[in-house]
Amino acid sequence: MQKSTHEMLESPEFKKLVSGTWTIATVLTIVLFIVYYGYIILIAVNKPFLAQKIGVYTTLGIPIGVGVIIAAWVLTAIYVSWANRVLDVEVSRLVAEVQK
Amino acid sequence: MQTATALGTPTPSAITFFFLIVALTLAITYWAAKRTHSTKEFYAAGRTVSALQNGLALSGDYMSAASFLGIAGMVALYGYDGMIYATGWLVGWPALMFLIAGPLRNLGKYTFADVVAFRLHQTPVRIAAAIGGILTVLIYTIAQMVGAGLLIKLMFGIPYLYAELVVGAVMLVYVLFGGMIATTWVQIVKAVLLLGGVTVLTLMVLSHFGWNPAELYAAVSQKLGQKALEPGTKVVTNSLDAISLGLALMFGLLGLPHILMRFYTVPDAKAARTSVLYATGFIGYFYIIIPIVGFGASVLVGRGVITGLDKSGNMSAPLLAEVLGGTPFLGFIAAVAFATILAVVAGLTLAGASALSHDLYVNVVKKGAATEQEQVRVAKISTVIFGILAVALGLLFEKQNVAFMVGLAFAVACSANFPALLMSIVWKRFTTAGAVASILTGAALSVFLIIISPTVWVDVLKNKAAIFPIKNPAIVSMTAAFVIGILVSLLAREPSAEASFEDEKLRTYLGVGAE
Repeated sequence: MQKSTHEMLESPEFKKLVSGTWTIATVLTIVLFIVYYGYIILIAVNKPFLAQKIGVYTTLGIPIGVGVIIAAWVLTAIYVSWANRVLDVEVSRLVAEVQK
Repeated sequence: MQTATALGTPTPSAITFFFLIVALTLAITYWAAKRTHSTKEFYAAGRTVSALQNGLALSGDYMSAASFLGIAGMVALYGYDGMIYATGWLVGWPALMFLIAGPLRNLGKYTFADVVAFRLHQTPVRIAAAIGGILTVLIYTIAQMVGAGLLIKLMFGIPYLYAELVVGAVMLVYVLFGGMIATTWVQIVKAVLLLGGVTVLTLMVLSHFGWNPAELYAAVSQKLGQKALEPGTKVVTNSLDAISLGLALMFGLLGLPHILMRFYTVPDAKAARTSVLYATGFIGYFYIIIPIVGFGASVLVGRGVITGLDKSGNMSAPLLAEVLGGTPFLGFIAAVAFATILAVVAGLTLAGASALSHDLYVNVVKKGAATEQEQVRVAKISTVIFGILAVALGLLFEKQNVAFMVGLAFAVACSANFPALLMSIVWKRFTTAGAVASILTGAALSVFLIIISPTVWVDVLKNKAAIFPIKNPAIVSMTAAFVIGILVSLLAREPSAEASFEDEKLRTYLGVGAE
């Protein structure tokens, strides 16, 4: 059965899609905040921690800085992978049910 | 201290590479011009750009000369603090993906104002959004044009005035004749050259240190002291300043018109997401390797030589190229830096022109009733206006300290454009009055606060103490834009906006009716 716009918006499937999208987006944004601001606040409050040596000269701050950049990319990749596996499948299923 | 360098003189290799790049990009423009007839082609490259192409073009738009020469210079002069600065420039990209990439693509047509105005009253929202958008683009353009003039003067020895005119004329040809198709391909060429050039530079540094970064750090420590590898106070002085700057960098990206505009060049939301993943990868890679270039320059060129040429350290990467690869490689890197400036200014001009023509002329003056032919004509006239404005501003601000301008552009973007954009997507009760109030509050407050902050009040205007203590106002101005937008929306309901929220929602999440 084809659904009107209103019926689609009120359907449990659509509501689940919207809440699922924002849950993923919120969780990943919070993780991003923790990673980035964790790094920045660490610099502000505890410079000696990042200045400690992990090699003869190399400081711990160097791999952590690179790690923040890699983490940002990994979070992006997690979102895309979720969107491709879950979101797109669900979207195309629901689109087929909407009255054109 | 001064050593012999070919920098600042137009060497044969620099001129050859420069003309090769300009010839290639003009050939692309010629090809693109034959494919640019409709507004959809002029503003959005016919929505036929692939995810990989758009990923490269997004990186091209974002990686300005400031990221390349500026961050390499910061690392060369201030060591680890330059690295901290680099990380901040990437974190906006995941946020862009999570919060607005999909809805932005599904709801809009050519500009982000399409999204904000989707179910609100066109005239007031379009005017407000155009003010926010144009202000952001103009401030960013001033930073780019002044930077361009100074860099070209330093690298090629061309006088400032001619440098501005050359940049203005070449980029105007791209945008005017080739529209978004040419601009996209110019960005792709530039991104590939920049990523390739910096990769070669990085490999040359690493080969010099036995392919072992630890040996590079050892050399840095021995020459400059261990402090160069430790966090200092150049970027992060206190938590509040750092958090506010972080907010501006993170959410400013979500309000940059020339970046947001790129989302309409791809066929659908899925391609938009994939393009952000590519862009995040390219830009992340760039920010990971650029500190190696900076550290390499501080050891192999030396801080004295770098600051001898230019106090800001901008010349560290070109000087390193000369030490490692001789004059021909210096010529190549200088030409790449020039292409970087051209491409970024072209992207900004197209974004500024689209706000003038699509948002103000077509949707406000003509109330949406303009023929295809008229729209393209107005878009081209706007491009010329914006191009002339860019050169004029570049000349006007020649002697000014514009280092704060990029930070200001991000502050305005995250305060004026981003809150209204996000609220229009997620909040049913958001009203026309709320949107206008939020945009104007964000724009006015971010500009006003930065003027009375240490950034301008002390550093530029040379007053003793700042009235507003935080260097980047984002934490206050962005919060205020959200609060004002919410309060004004709650004051009076807008039934028509609430009624069309259902259609908007269907389009936001399912892409039904998306263009």
